[in-house]
Amino acid sequence: MLILACPWCGERPEGEFICLGEAVQPRPLDPSALGDAEWAAYVSDRRNIRGRHDERWWHVRGCNTMFTIGRDTVTHQVFAGPQGEAAP
Amino acid sequence: MQRYSFFSLARNALSQHEGWQRAWRSPPLKPDYDVVIVGAGGHGLSTAYHLAKEHGVSNVAVIEKGWLGGGNTARNTHTIRSNYLRDVSIRFHDVSVKLYEQLSRELNYNILFSQRSMIDLIQSWGKMRDLRRRSLAMALHGPAYQLITVDELKRRIPAMGDLSDVRLPPLGGMLHPEGAMARHDAVAWSYARAADARGVEIHQHTEVTGFTFAADGAVTGVETNRGLVRARKVALATAGNTSHVIAKAGLSLPLVTRNLQAFVSEPVKPIIDVIVNCPDVGLYVMQSDKGELVIGGGTDPIPSYRQGCHFATFEDVVASLVELFPRFRNLKMLRQWGGAIEFAYDASPIISATDIPGLHVSTGWYGGFKSIPVGGLTYAHLIATGQPHPLAEAFGLDRFRGLRFLLEAGTVAQR
Repeated sequence: MLILACPWCGERPEGEFICLGEAVQPRPLDPSALGDAEWAAYVSDRRNIRGRHDERWWHVRGCNTMFTIGRDTVTHQVFAGPQGEAAP
Repeated sequence: MQRYSFFSLARNALSQHEGWQRAWRSPPLKPDYDVVIVGAGGHGLSTAYHLAKEHGVSNVAVIEKGWLGGGNTARNTHTIRSNYLRDVSIRFHDVSVKLYEQLSRELNYNILFSQRSMIDLIQSWGKMRDLRRRSLAMALHGPAYQLITVDELKRRIPAMGDLSDVRLPPLGGMLHPEGAMARHDAVAWSYARAADARGVEIHQHTEVTGFTFAADGAVTGVETNRGLVRARKVALATAGNTSHVIAKAGLSLPLVTRNLQAFVSEPVKPIIDVIVNCPDVGLYVMQSDKGELVIGGGTDPIPSYRQGCHFATFEDVVASLVELFPRFRNLKMLRQWGGAIEFAYDASPIISATDIPGLHVSTGWYGGFKSIPVGGLTYAHLIATGQPHPLAEAFGLDRFRGLRFLLEAGTVAQR
């Protein structure tokens, strides 16, 4: 059982959240300017890191906030996510 | 290759069983091969076998960072089935089931194949609609998927408790007579032995640490902890870790790795003789030949390379189990394991060349045990000829670029 820190509610059990997966770069502002390969990479490619990565969570059975945390995909240790403008 | 038979067993019994050959050799690592396959699990070994058998390519090394068959081949629930939704997926897995049916004879190795049928329990009208659609899709291609009544369900699974009290009372079931199980170790060992007999070399404890490239960008070999190995073609069969390995070549793939756990109970007398799958509540259960109940559920809902027990999922699975089978309440659980499963963006497998010439990838095997024979057959065809096998044309990486997804979510996963 993971204990996750919601920025609004504080530490809550994992069952209140839904994991939205790896934090990816924001949607390109002008998709039509991209080639097929870049667009396909944006849509489907994931880094799928073995180790620490950033991921999005949704406090769906709570305050509905979406936020980013860091988590190690091997040990499941949770870290604070990127802050401010850096948060995807 | 020393053949296994009743007579060889009897003959070796006379010499205290000291005359058996090793099932495969352990030759020294050569600096140069035609093909290097990374990963000696079911898919890697099956690919090596088919390369040697159908394409005459036997200067092949299968290299493995751990031990043979010790990755996801040892971390699954050994179920074999072909109840998929898309035409290509049904045909592909139907061929796999047919190859499995003949595998013990073909490889002269008893894989304890047991075609005991699989029953999907339907506990919601949405699932009923979904599975009837799958049933009709499958009827076009051969494998059976028949709707059965609740009475028939009770007759075939007498171990279930009183169904009137459960939160989602079953509405019926889908019977898949082709559903089977086989001994997972024997599948890896039989392919290893048969590939070795055709000249393939298997190198365990040899981990890939990088790739080498020619000036034109083509792959020329792999760097390992035992030195550089040159190869004209490199084929990855590294279930669970493909993103991690291919990142060393600078590529990323449309994959997410997740943990799929299972556990077994203490052995009991025969009580369930079919594979029971309950997609609405995320549970499947079967009984192994040893008498242990093999129990599993859905994947952990987070990216994970943990290969362990995620307690929130475990709790869900057990809650579903004791609701449908209250008599299992007192069973003790003996062992637990997790497999690192790769989930492609559209939940279908990837058997493909990559942007790097000479580098091939076979991945996205969400429950790849069932596809070991056909996965090897089609992957070997791609590696040897450069063209995708007719059964696997739709499984190339180019489908993501063309947005030609083969959506199988819901048919590969438990829910």
